[in-house]
Amino acid sequence: MTDTLLEIDRLSVDYETARGDLKALRDISFDIRKGEIVGIVGESGCGKSTLISSILRLTAPNTRFRQGEVRFKGEDLLQLPERKMRDLRGSDISIVFQDPMQTHNPVLSIGQQMLDIQHRSKASKAEKRARAAQMLGAVGIPDPEARLDQFPHEFSGGMRQRIAIAMALMSEPDLLIADEPTTALDATLEVQIIERLQELQQQFDCAILFISHHLGVIAELCDRVVVMYAGAVVESGEVREIFHDPKHPYTRRLIDCDPGHIKERARVLPTIPGEVPDLANLPGGCIFRDRCDQAMPRCASQVPPLAKLKEGHHAACWLNHEEAAE
Amino acid sequence: MTLLDVKNLKTSYGPVNVLAGVSFAVEPGETYALVGESGSGKTTVIRAIAGMAPAQEGSVKFDGQEIRGASERTLRPLRKDIAMMFQDPVGSLSPRLTIRSLITEPYRIQGMKDRDLDAEARRLLEMVNLPSHFADRYPYQLSGGQARRVGVARALALEPKLILADEPTAGLDVSVQGELLNLMNDLRERLGLAMVIITHNLNVVRHVADRMGILYLGRLVEEGSTEAVFHDPRHPYTRCLLSANPEPDPDARLERIALKGEPPSLLKRPSGCEFRERCPFAQEICTQTPQWEVDNGHGLRCLAPLHQGRAA
Amino acid sequence: MAKSRSELGQIIHGVARDPLGLMGLIIVGTIVFCAIFAYWIVPFDPVGMNIKSRLQGPSWTHLLGTDQLGRDTFSRVIAGGQVALQVALPAVFGAMAIGLTLGMIAGYGPKWLDNLLMLLFDTIRSFPTVMFALAVVALVGPSLQTVVFVVMATSIPTYGRVARTQTLTLRNSEFILAERSMGASMTRILGVHMLPNIVGVLAVLAAMDIPTVIALEAGLSFLGLGVKPPTPSWGALLKDGYSLIRQTPWLVVGGGLPIILATLGFTFLGESLRDVVDPKLRKQR
Repeated sequence: MTDTLLEIDRLSVDYETARGDLKALRDISFDIRKGEIVGIVGESGCGKSTLISSILRLTAPNTRFRQGEVRFKGEDLLQLPERKMRDLRGSDISIVFQDPMQTHNPVLSIGQQMLDIQHRSKASKAEKRARAAQMLGAVGIPDPEARLDQFPHEFSGGMRQRIAIAMALMSEPDLLIADEPTTALDATLEVQIIERLQELQQQFDCAILFISHHLGVIAELCDRVVVMYAGAVVESGEVREIFHDPKHPYTRRLIDCDPGHIKERARVLPTIPGEVPDLANLPGGCIFRDRCDQAMPRCASQVPPLAKLKEGHHAACWLNHEEAAE
Repeated sequence: MTLLDVKNLKTSYGPVNVLAGVSFAVEPGETYALVGESGSGKTTVIRAIAGMAPAQEGSVKFDGQEIRGASERTLRPLRKDIAMMFQDPVGSLSPRLTIRSLITEPYRIQGMKDRDLDAEARRLLEMVNLPSHFADRYPYQLSGGQARRVGVARALALEPKLILADEPTAGLDVSVQGELLNLMNDLRERLGLAMVIITHNLNVVRHVADRMGILYLGRLVEEGSTEAVFHDPRHPYTRCLLSANPEPDPDARLERIALKGEPPSLLKRPSGCEFRERCPFAQEICTQTPQWEVDNGHGLRCLAPLHQGRAA
Repeated sequence: MAKSRSELGQIIHGVARDPLGLMGLIIVGTIVFCAIFAYWIVPFDPVGMNIKSRLQGPSWTHLLGTDQLGRDTFSRVIAGGQVALQVALPAVFGAMAIGLTLGMIAGYGPKWLDNLLMLLFDTIRSFPTVMFALAVVALVGPSLQTVVFVVMATSIPTYGRVARTQTLTLRNSEFILAERSMGASMTRILGVHMLPNIVGVLAVLAAMDIPTVIALEAGLSFLGLGVKPPTPSWGALLKDGYSLIRQTPWLVVGGGLPIILATLGFTFLGESLRDVVDPKLRKQR
């Protein structure tokens, strides 16, 4: 496929620790096409952060890439020399982090920081400044020209996150990675940010990898969804497929758990009892087996593969296999 | 008798008046939710009630006793009856203590040393459905959900009459959030607790609160039974909050009421209705200052209230 | 997450896993061992004179040669280590204990007390250590105790300030708020909840401070303000070596090398300790 932008292919990543290898990512495969918004959903410990740092190759020193490739425009990023990787970060691939209060350098004005990130451009200082103001305007900061001279602490959390988005989009990247960009914000601001992202995505025609644990936001924003659990992809597909016809028990129950779903006051809210398995000491078979109410003998012995159910819908569960129905 | 009666509570830090007169009451066994964005003053309200933030004016009556501005010595015995829960599940546990020490801390503080603390620890862990071997663990060895249960166990140790909980579900995964809310609902019924929960998560409020108040810039703008507020929000701000709640359904991509801009600075409170500049329904009359009016148990501070069924 | 091991055991294990930390541990261990068993280890009496064999170079009998009075330098180095630790350990731990207490009170107590203590700390710090030492020595005469007192008094503010800063950061953390909401007394909050979270940072500081104090003791002895001759001290050795450097360089080596080694050893140990006790790094292990 020619329009594939990023392709994660059977990626496995471990962390070496005193307790043995922590299998943070196992056999991750999915892709992002040009101009598409892909959401990654998962709860704590699912490997979201490891995945992002692996794509950007900003991993901790005890990280070991065990197998697989991260192909960006056909090139395996894991094999790229560091210098080339540095050129890629912040120009072809940009990132917006979770905490807007810690993203900006507190002692430099916003304008200065926005000039600094244009260091690769040959434009004059005035042109760069005009571009910075234009970007601030694009993310909805009123009176951008004047606000360029202000410092990060003079902006609210919501504004800072929008500035972070403006800075990330400045280089017109092909891929924007948004790591829980709305988690630290109030619901009202969260909505403003996702609406803004939608507009900007149209305007700049970049692909977005949007990581969140908030199902509502994912449903609202994304074209396709990847569901992760304990370091593995358990399901991926078109957003409607995932939310209306989930094929993995974890996805189904995760959606059931979201209280935004339940309109009337419930006596007892649905939950998923149990804990995420220890990644340093993984049980055999399906990783979700211990918490699954539909587990079968087979789930204990064999790891279910991420199988294609139909065009644009994959799931890793034995329930979807013919034999299971019998 | 009303358990907690807060009247016209005001707090300023220098020129910044964070609370501009907050009044609400909680009956025994009732759960009251205070909802608002960051900067609305919700955290200050519960800290001021517990004597941990200043409150220059107003009154806080607990069980009929005035406790605003009371000395620590006066408050001490009351701390048995009022327990607090803080936002960060792990961060609100003293990091170098074992879980056993942490959940039996209230007994030690209140000088109940004659109790069998080991037995109490086991009882409390069982009450929040944690295995008893957790007693030997340290906070950093717990997941957010487990740490939150420890927080609940500690809050319940002395069988309080009132729990003040700051964002009890913050930082929890959805699959765990439900467990915690179920647990709290269950314990509340069994023990007849009253709770004040502050949160910006409306999805949580719907399932736990009997009544709720909406806080904007340190003032209540709407208050009523949870059902009434959810089904018939009268204040435009409430309506905006309710609509800013993305649903886990791609086809529900919303008929949303856009809230303009961000909350104004507390140093520059707008004239007239303080929500006016952000209000999608603002009218000319809104330049006047709205008063708090109560109609059939439903309180409102708005000169142009919305009516049921009136869409955006 | 081996909870079977004690906290101290875990820390030592953590330090030993880091190459620099292991080196520090070995050097410091050797120094401490030599200091404790000095009088069993020394081949000669460190104060015994032997005019016949004065100013000798290194040999198998005298590993580091002898000084102008024929005393065995190696023996004096070993015995000097004992003196160095006799000054450094009580001075540093005394300063740490007092600084910790005052710093926590300053950080948690009322504003006026904070201001008062800070004023006191700044006043002490504004005296140059050597001037202060000169004044004290002039008053009570040079002795080991004097050096300990001077060093302790001048380093209390450093510990006090760090403890105060840590206390200020911790006092608004949620777990302290939670303790307050349960009605915990100030002594309980400081002693049970703050102290264990602050003491690690100060212990690191102390480990890194010990070589400074050893150097200071050497300096004071060098100036004749420290321990009285003939008690062996690294500073006194250095002083003798300095005046006799034309005749033999070995005395300077004998006085200087242990100071350098002690500095490196304690610094390595301190740095490695800092990484190990840092709760943020600790969580990942």
